[in-house]
Amino acid sequence: MLNLLDWLKPPRIRGGVHAEERKASTATQAIVTDFPLPKKLYIPLQQHVGKPAEPLIRVGETVLKGQLLAYSQGMISAPVHAPSSGVIVDVNDYPAPHPSALPIRMIVLETDGKDEWVKTPEIGDPFQLSPEDISLRVGAAGIVGLGGATFPTAVKLNMGRENHIDTLIINGAECEPYLSCDDRQMQERSEQIIDGVRLMLHGMETHHALVAIEDNKPNAFYAMAAAARHFPEIKVIQIPTRYPMGWDRQLIRYVTGREVPVGCRSSEIGVTIHNVGTAYATHKAIRHGQPLVSRVITVSGGAVGKPMNVEVPLGTLISEVFAFCEVDLTQIARIVMGGPMMGDSLPHTGLPTVKATSGVLALTQSELKSTDEQPCIRCASCVTVCPAGLRPLDMANNIKANQLDTAVDIGLKDCISCGCCSYICPSNIPLVQYFKYASGEVAARQQAQHKSEQTKKLMEARQARLDRIAEQQRLEEEARIAAKKERERLKAEQEAAV
Amino acid sequence: MIAHHKPASGAHVGANLSVSQIMWRVVLALTPATAFGLWLFGWPAIFLFIITVTSAILFEAFCIRLKGRPAKPVIMDGSALLTGWLVAITLPPWAPWWIGVVGSGIAIILGKQVYGGLGQNLFNPAMLARVALLISFPIEMTTWANVSPLFFSDSPGFIEGLHITLSGLQNLDAYTGATTLGYIKTEFSQHHILPDILKDYSPTLNFIGWTRGSLGETSSILMGLGGVWLIRQNIIQWQIPVSLLGTVVLMSSVFHVLDSDHYVSPFLYLNSGAILCVAFYIATDYVTSPNTPTGQWVFGAGCGLLIFVIRTWGAYPEGAGFAVLLMNSATPLIDYYIKPRIYGRDRKGKPLEIPKP
Repeated sequence: MLNLLDWLKPPRIRGGVHAEERKASTATQAIVTDFPLPKKLYIPLQQHVGKPAEPLIRVGETVLKGQLLAYSQGMISAPVHAPSSGVIVDVNDYPAPHPSALPIRMIVLETDGKDEWVKTPEIGDPFQLSPEDISLRVGAAGIVGLGGATFPTAVKLNMGRENHIDTLIINGAECEPYLSCDDRQMQERSEQIIDGVRLMLHGMETHHALVAIEDNKPNAFYAMAAAARHFPEIKVIQIPTRYPMGWDRQLIRYVTGREVPVGCRSSEIGVTIHNVGTAYATHKAIRHGQPLVSRVITVSGGAVGKPMNVEVPLGTLISEVFAFCEVDLTQIARIVMGGPMMGDSLPHTGLPTVKATSGVLALTQSELKSTDEQPCIRCASCVTVCPAGLRPLDMANNIKANQLDTAVDIGLKDCISCGCCSYICPSNIPLVQYFKYASGEVAARQQAQHKSEQTKKLMEARQARLDRIAEQQRLEEEARIAAKKERERLKAEQEAAV
Repeated sequence: MIAHHKPASGAHVGANLSVSQIMWRVVLALTPATAFGLWLFGWPAIFLFIITVTSAILFEAFCIRLKGRPAKPVIMDGSALLTGWLVAITLPPWAPWWIGVVGSGIAIILGKQVYGGLGQNLFNPAMLARVALLISFPIEMTTWANVSPLFFSDSPGFIEGLHITLSGLQNLDAYTGATTLGYIKTEFSQHHILPDILKDYSPTLNFIGWTRGSLGETSSILMGLGGVWLIRQNIIQWQIPVSLLGTVVLMSSVFHVLDSDHYVSPFLYLNSGAILCVAFYIATDYVTSPNTPTGQWVFGAGCGLLIFVIRTWGAYPEGAGFAVLLMNSATPLIDYYIKPRIYGRDRKGKPLEIPKP
């Protein structure tokens, strides 16, 4: 009977694909922590959502590991710290880890090899700190969402306090194929992660946390459950393995049954979600006073000789990571930063790893989806797999016909670029590419329209000003003439009187 | 570093099912029933089948060449082969060769290419061809050969078979008869009642397909197994077959219970290769059916209802072709009104309300 009732409820998971996981080559080995310190680190000032950080060091200055290099500015921003000790040799524009590789502002640090930590403050019992203090310290440590969204964590903790969150969800889904950095961290650093979760609960004044782990990672689940056994406020649960289970809104609906309305943050319905890596970084920041200066990344793909999870200092060039992992450069057909479903393809390896880098993949031709595009046969697989409930085939048709407004009307802005439609399409239509193009184009058009409206407003304002001046001059002229007439009249009267 | 880098969006990896693989699997699912039919009706059926499929591929190649594109890659996607195949298996097995050629021509040129090729057509090409042939050439399209399996003594040999296909059947009555549905229709017109009409009807023979009927769809067991395999392979979804067959069974049950003398039983309906062919292979055509599961329910139910209505009260004994075409024309409308709900929005597209705590 209970099952029947469950069956009548709306489904908690919609769409999604069961992608071939290809995690085994990295998920079975311990995280490598002896990555050789690079000679130079390239540290972008923007590694987060929001405003870029503002540098406060000068070229030539000597810095210690963990020292603040650039401070956060504005409400939503995050500071950047030195990933190792050494000398600042440049603050300039270098190619960004982005498909365009366009230059962005970076701090270049020449390491001295000592890797010497800045003196970190002694911290007693962090649970004696006020919740505001926890957020402050998390913010000062430059922690951002390490699942890839890179939203400043402190801002989320603050929003949590303001909105009375009843459930903190810790995202251990790691649903992207290839990636296993969260899996390994949950296995090897479960105590620290659970501690981080407790600190987050404290910082948000929330009393209940759910750690959700896809059921293809049983070892991570056991480790986390064991680490959480003394803390009744933290529950570790297994969730079905189905990409994109790690999409925050899908996960929220699955574990709480609540759906986040469009245009709202999850905190508005009483839920906040953080990644396991973020919880670990929180532990490091609060317990040890260490800011976010390194992260575990998965290096995998057919061209990688030694696939692994490795902890690298932020700012390490991908070329050095590839050299360490014995990547056969001649075999690479595509370099992807992040997972193969949502990650970005990079043009070359001379780009730094950043806070958002969960993995770097060196994919061979045989691993890639075919690019031989064929006509759409309306098989509607894309409709079936879309977790957002969109109709990708109709959106793509509208975009092809340059009817971008229609595409927006039928849900373009609700697309999360998860890649399920592109993944499943038997005709190899690059649907996500269409949607990203269209979103960019719509934004550009809106900007152009905004600009022309602004210009029009300025023109009108100028005309109004000119009219006003002319009117004023006219009035002054009339007044002058009237005054003159008056004077003449008075003069005539006086003369007559005389 | 990487030669010819083109920024590409995800997904960088993909499922391995291509369009041609989909088409080939449908062909594979049809193969047992078709092979049985070819054996059952002998050489004339084999010649007609080859001619129909080959001409479909040639018409496709011709149209692609008219567009100035290389034909080979398009032919290799297997869609023309499948269309030709579906046209062939719905033809009377001993129909003359030009029926097959005209059928393929209608299906490929008028049914598919004039709309812009694969994925653009409004109507199912094979059903369009079948209905056009049925209206234009009613005699040829309702002349049903007796069961005359390959290598049986009474069956036409190779040369005789070639003769039948190329220059038509001479001594009609000796070799042909009516299908079960056609027979029922004729007998009804003479005011006979069902129990008398169906004296000689054998459910078992119909089940295995040992009966007069279309070239490759007489066997309900082989048609059904192929269809179930396609669902298991995730090539087709179950909604359309289930709702189509379910509606037919529901309607026929109601009327059969009310008046079993004049309304055929649901078992006779289900135990017909033709309706299974429509349910599993024709109505599930991606291009001409709705995109959403709910829409597919509506589409299947509509097809089932129309099939029942046409078969029961219409002028034709078999209404599946008309039913599918009518529902094809309703597909854009169904897709317009039945859409999935977008996450975080209500059915009308407005953002959900924040629930009060």
